[in-house]
Amino acid sequence: MSAEETITSGYGGTKLNYLTNGTTLKSWLLTKDHKRIAIMYLITVSLFFMMGGLYAAAIRLELLTPNSDLFQTATYNKVFTQHGVLMIFFFLLPAIPAVLGNFLLPLMIGAKDLALPRINLLSLYIYWIGGVLALWALMQGGVDTGWTFYTPYSTTFSNSYVMLVGLGVFINGFSSILTGLNFIVTIHTMRAPGMTWFRLPLFVWAHYAVSLVMILGTPVVAITILLLAIERVAHVGIFDPAIGGDPILFQHLFWFYSHPAVYIMILPGMGVVSELISNFARKKIFGYEFIAFSSIAIAVFGFLVWGHHMFVSGQSIYASLVFSFLTMVVAVPSAIKMFNWTATLYKGSISFDTPMLYAIGFMGLFLIGGLTGLFLGSIGLTVHLTDTYFVVAHFHYVMVGGQVIAYLGGIHYWWPKMTGRMYSEFWGKISAMLVFVGFNLTFFPQFILGYLGMPRRYAAYPPEFQVLNIFSTAGASVLGIGLLLPVVYLVHSLFFGKKAGDNPWMHPGLEWRTSSPPPTENFEKMPVVTWDAYEFGEGSGMDLEGARQREALQA
Amino acid sequence: MQSTTWIPFFPEAASSFAWQVDLLYFYLIAVSVAFSIPIVVAIFFFAIRYREVEKFATPDEMHGSMVLETVWSIIPFVVSMTIFLGGAIVYFNQYEPPDDAMEIFVVGKQWMWKVQHQTGQREINELHVPVGKKIKLTMTTEDVLHDFFVPAFRTKIDAVPGRYTYLWFEPTVTGKFHLFCAEYCGLNHSGMGGSVYVMEQRDFDNWLSGNVAGQTPVEQGKDLFMNKLGCASCHTGGPAQRGAKLEGIFNHEVKLVGGQTVTADDQYIRNSILNPTSQIVDGFQPIMPTFKGQVTEEQLNALVAYIKSLSPNAPAASAPAAPAAGANTDSANKAPARSAANSSK
Repeated sequence: MSAEETITSGYGGTKLNYLTNGTTLKSWLLTKDHKRIAIMYLITVSLFFMMGGLYAAAIRLELLTPNSDLFQTATYNKVFTQHGVLMIFFFLLPAIPAVLGNFLLPLMIGAKDLALPRINLLSLYIYWIGGVLALWALMQGGVDTGWTFYTPYSTTFSNSYVMLVGLGVFINGFSSILTGLNFIVTIHTMRAPGMTWFRLPLFVWAHYAVSLVMILGTPVVAITILLLAIERVAHVGIFDPAIGGDPILFQHLFWFYSHPAVYIMILPGMGVVSELISNFARKKIFGYEFIAFSSIAIAVFGFLVWGHHMFVSGQSIYASLVFSFLTMVVAVPSAIKMFNWTATLYKGSISFDTPMLYAIGFMGLFLIGGLTGLFLGSIGLTVHLTDTYFVVAHFHYVMVGGQVIAYLGGIHYWWPKMTGRMYSEFWGKISAMLVFVGFNLTFFPQFILGYLGMPRRYAAYPPEFQVLNIFSTAGASVLGIGLLLPVVYLVHSLFFGKKAGDNPWMHPGLEWRTSSPPPTENFEKMPVVTWDAYEFGEGSGMDLEGARQREALQA
Repeated sequence: MQSTTWIPFFPEAASSFAWQVDLLYFYLIAVSVAFSIPIVVAIFFFAIRYREVEKFATPDEMHGSMVLETVWSIIPFVVSMTIFLGGAIVYFNQYEPPDDAMEIFVVGKQWMWKVQHQTGQREINELHVPVGKKIKLTMTTEDVLHDFFVPAFRTKIDAVPGRYTYLWFEPTVTGKFHLFCAEYCGLNHSGMGGSVYVMEQRDFDNWLSGNVAGQTPVEQGKDLFMNKLGCASCHTGGPAQRGAKLEGIFNHEVKLVGGQTVTADDQYIRNSILNPTSQIVDGFQPIMPTFKGQVTEEQLNALVAYIKSLSPNAPAASAPAAPAAGANTDSANKAPARSAANSSK
């Protein structure tokens, strides 16, 4: 690709790209372009993230003191429920697949679009409808069941808007199913000539694995919510023992989906991190096949471990034994990824741009999140730890440390592709470091709080837990600043950022071999792939010498 | 409150298996550190050693190593199996109540813990127990899920509506310890807790005898059975009685209509009171009405305790109930006697 093309095809250049090809509201709302749909997801997902973040801030403020002095307990219960519902169902689950996955999958495999573009738009609308219902319930007065909706509290005792939120989550599930379906069909049928399965970027492998979980798991939560509705509305005894039901059945059904859902949150993050580490070490990822298959292994085993949420529910101790064993097995593919990422750095040429800082941060946080998962998988220990702040800390390390950090890293990495502009590297680095420090300061003390015995979902707590809670709240404010900064400098970059060029990282991936931002149909002509994934050398056919010279001229 | 450890930010350990949980915890911390340090050191070392010298350099490619992959799959697997086994052993210790434990009934309710001792002594959000004795809590709830959690004992169990769950522990240190509800249960979830008081045996006996109020569970159950609920009209009367014979059945196999058998444990008795037609004893008609909605959880506990007391020689777990069966007159004096019997074990 010549230098002239690189310059003229940038955002605001002369050629039409997906952003400039149609500027009316209608051209966005009726688009079938996966990239526009991704951008619309990006905006909505970010709004939900900010709202969830405001609730998080409220929670941390309340917990600054042992008494429930900021809110009534009724309000506090609603606040942590809304935080959980918004973050999990409307941010963590869709964030990477719906935003980055949608934008990048077709580009990475050399396709014009997803296989089912109208279904893709439909899934966005379904997500919006689910989100609006959840927000409506919030305005009506909220819900106080916790995001897990455990029965019989949710069916019989809670007077809040359980059904409305449930409906929102139910509808939102279809968005997830359709996205997963679309990804699988696309990966199977739309790959460019030469793009064999083992040339796929690991980001694509991760999304393949996660799509399997979405398709197989999400219907179960839909059925569960439906059963809950039937019991609540028609008083059929399904979960409530007073009318012949079984409250533990709900937990089985709920976690049969919701545990695999954790992997919906973490697997795409692992895909992103594989891309980032490889790119910024400028090396083929170490043990490509092992990382690819470990994603599939995690997805498969993820379906077999739901019972580890019920170790203290009174379930058979032999059932617990089996679930504990299987949980331990999942540690292995996770460890394989960790070792391979580390080995990729060996003899690399490592640069520390903002996305790489996020990727390294991810490795640190996922290490802690993964290892503390072993604590919770070990049944004798988890009897003490479960339902305490140890669990809260663990799943924040995995889901926020894993997913959000990877998401931010990915957004920074592909930002030049999505917008054609570079952001401020200085502020990017500051924010990555604030997020890392703030995150650890927020959540590490919670491990200690958990072992001390502070139960979760408490508006008030014994005074001896206060010091650690003060640390946690202080950390949350640092984290909050770290997360708000990108909003400012990324938006700023849209208008004032330096033009990015088509391939600012000189990466061999297909998504970098089209203009930035890409045209509506992604590639001017169908690409033919003759190189392996992450082949940075001569085999990739990239003009490395030219790129170096341009860099030298600019410097 | 007595502290048993010099480590700051570490909870008190006050039960016989707390040290096992702590040991597991330290083992896992050691494993975590042993894994983290090499990885973190490697990341930092590589990051500095292989720092970019030329923009867009193309270092030599490496595709992977079967040997390394095998090694770093097997090592985590073996280590995780040791963690699994350690956890399993501790779990069995935590969740298999010994036969000779002293039984106390606990009922969860939004938002309080209602406790009743064998002598009839009741308490709310407090639990008094003697040090060095095995205690078994038989637990259920009147409404939603709750969870009985004593961090100093390193154990907890959900209280589940419609069924019994069991928790046991042997307190090793006297003092006052936090009791929490750990399963979210609605409005005042964070207020649903109190204290467990572990006392010397003599203090416990004084406490127990100084505050006897009302009937023992067995007495209460007998009263319900004989007078208030009319159970006796069918379940007593010798060979001609209409309902199944209850004497001596507890923890024995019972033959059901249809040929199956079931062990007549507390779960079965509870179910037979609430859903009498679901498991009918062979030779009887399904004529018993349900008592669902007519008896509270506490009355159910009392009925179960009474029926248990009709089987003085039941195989397991019924030993503590047996002496109380005859304690119709002066239960205050009986309590120390039973405690003394337990301490000889």
